[in-house]
Amino acid sequence: MILPFFIIIPLLAAFLITLVSGKKDNWAIILSILAELSVLVLAVFCYVYQIDDIFVYNMSGWKIPFTICLVQDALSCFMIMVVSIIALTSLIYSVTYIRHLVSSWRYYALFMLLVTGMNGVILTGDLFNLFVFMEIALFSAYALVSYGRKAEEFEAAFKYAIMGSISSSLILIGIAITYSYTSSLTMATIAESLKNKPAGVTFWLGSLFLAGFGLKSAMVPFHAWLPDAHSSAPAPISSMLSGVLIKSLGIYTIIRIFYNVFGAPELFKTLFLVFGILSIVIASFLAIGQWDIKRLLAYSSISQIGFILVGLGVGNFYGILGAIFHLLSHAIFKSLLFYNTGAIEMAIGTRDMRDMGDLRKALPVTSFTSMVGSLAIMGMPPFNGFFSKFFIIMGLLQAKMYIVALLVVLGSILTIAYFVKFQRYGFRGKNVIEKEMVAEPIGSGMKFSMAFLALLCLVTSLMLIPGLRETTLDPVINVILDKTGYIKSVLGR
Amino acid sequence: MISYLIYVLCFALFLVGVYGILTKRDLIKIILATGIMGYSANLFLILFAYKKGALYPILSKGEEVKAMVDPLPQALVLTSIVIELGITAMLVALAIKLYERYKTFDITKIRRLSG
Repeated sequence: MILPFFIIIPLLAAFLITLVSGKKDNWAIILSILAELSVLVLAVFCYVYQIDDIFVYNMSGWKIPFTICLVQDALSCFMIMVVSIIALTSLIYSVTYIRHLVSSWRYYALFMLLVTGMNGVILTGDLFNLFVFMEIALFSAYALVSYGRKAEEFEAAFKYAIMGSISSSLILIGIAITYSYTSSLTMATIAESLKNKPAGVTFWLGSLFLAGFGLKSAMVPFHAWLPDAHSSAPAPISSMLSGVLIKSLGIYTIIRIFYNVFGAPELFKTLFLVFGILSIVIASFLAIGQWDIKRLLAYSSISQIGFILVGLGVGNFYGILGAIFHLLSHAIFKSLLFYNTGAIEMAIGTRDMRDMGDLRKALPVTSFTSMVGSLAIMGMPPFNGFFSKFFIIMGLLQAKMYIVALLVVLGSILTIAYFVKFQRYGFRGKNVIEKEMVAEPIGSGMKFSMAFLALLCLVTSLMLIPGLRETTLDPVINVILDKTGYIKSVLGR
Repeated sequence: MISYLIYVLCFALFLVGVYGILTKRDLIKIILATGIMGYSANLFLILFAYKKGALYPILSKGEEVKAMVDPLPQALVLTSIVIELGITAMLVALAIKLYERYKTFDITKIRRLSG
């Protein structure tokens, strides 16, 4: 049973890092990369060999209504794999980047706690345990956002922490009401007892959870904290936050609660469509106006989350396929683009597009991989972004929602607009920057991370080849679409 | 009627917290308001577990089983109090750092980030 090790390994690493490290960060780097590498190996093993199986781990031997259980099914395998890939590249990237910023072992310990929290949220089958792991992840996220110790970073972290505590209170009240109504905290048991209850209860519980987890996933009425927090954090942390944190704490929990526990009520599907469209359109317009590259990317995160929500809101096979695949592809290319901004900031010391220029000679790897990432997020054919948006639109057409499909197409055209701006001013501008003007060279670890993710932008498209899709993505979609499958497989009846 | 009133009061406490976060300009008052919000969530949990005239859920020798208070929400509240302690400490630390940088606790003067 390898299920608990996804939580134990990073938690132990965080603990050991604080014990072992002295003033230097060498041990911290070695330990954290080792831990994350082993988690990635385990995750890939689970994803390749155990995707069709379901495992339930009961803590300390109690049976289900009395225990805190961990559940591993296709969806959580998939999410763990996404988190581990991004976390490992982010750690490799951090080695040079954090030494240039403020070198300390604390960064790695907090990073491992962040990974622990996310893995826990993904694996747990218990509602309150989900809350606890979510707080662990958020707590380290607040600390990591303010890691650079500049005034703006503290400001962003404070804003983020206040918003986070509002949403946590909402979620806690939601959990309390759920418990009082179903007298259980295990998600499968809650789902079973909610099936026979009137729909009004699901409506109230759902609106509390939607407000709480909507704040975490930054869909448009709840998005105000994201551009500040994600653009102020150090680049590898921005990529973790935008790439996986809003997905594992926001989108994943929304899928689990609204699809597996509540059984996908129509009202909330419509709400996902509305919020998704709002996110796509409003955040795209806000992104076009930005000159700070990290703020532009942060707004673009909100708009891409909108695409995922629209895919979930459609609720048919192709819509869910698009949403799940967009979750993966957005994690990859948004992290890649944030790594690029970190490299630029380190090399020429600015994030403002008006001060940047022709970087192709000075930073060949960065400008090439950013081209790949931009093409992928625009949705150009050989890259993964094209296929995810294509499937979302196909799902919409199949459900005969033509106006929504038109708005999604408009949203992807707006995406092209602001990424053309990003490329035009950021990398192909007028003032040519020569190699001698680069303040600090980019380390090989940073180059490796960027090149690896750029490669993944192409390689993950292969997951959609008909033979491979049945084994890689279809089990994940079945978990989401099957309304009673989760209850049956967890409770074993 | 009376039994509903206590939930309404508890919800009013939550709204006090939300009101504080939305309208106060002092960082410390905002932190206190998040605290109030957290307390109301904890109070909700405790109220759901409460039963009139019930005993604490410990069964000792020579005592028969009577109506008991549900112990699980109390355990949950202990956990959530610890989490809130951590979050509050974090917020206070951030407020101290903000005061060092900006020399003020007024949230309207702390706005270098915009948009």
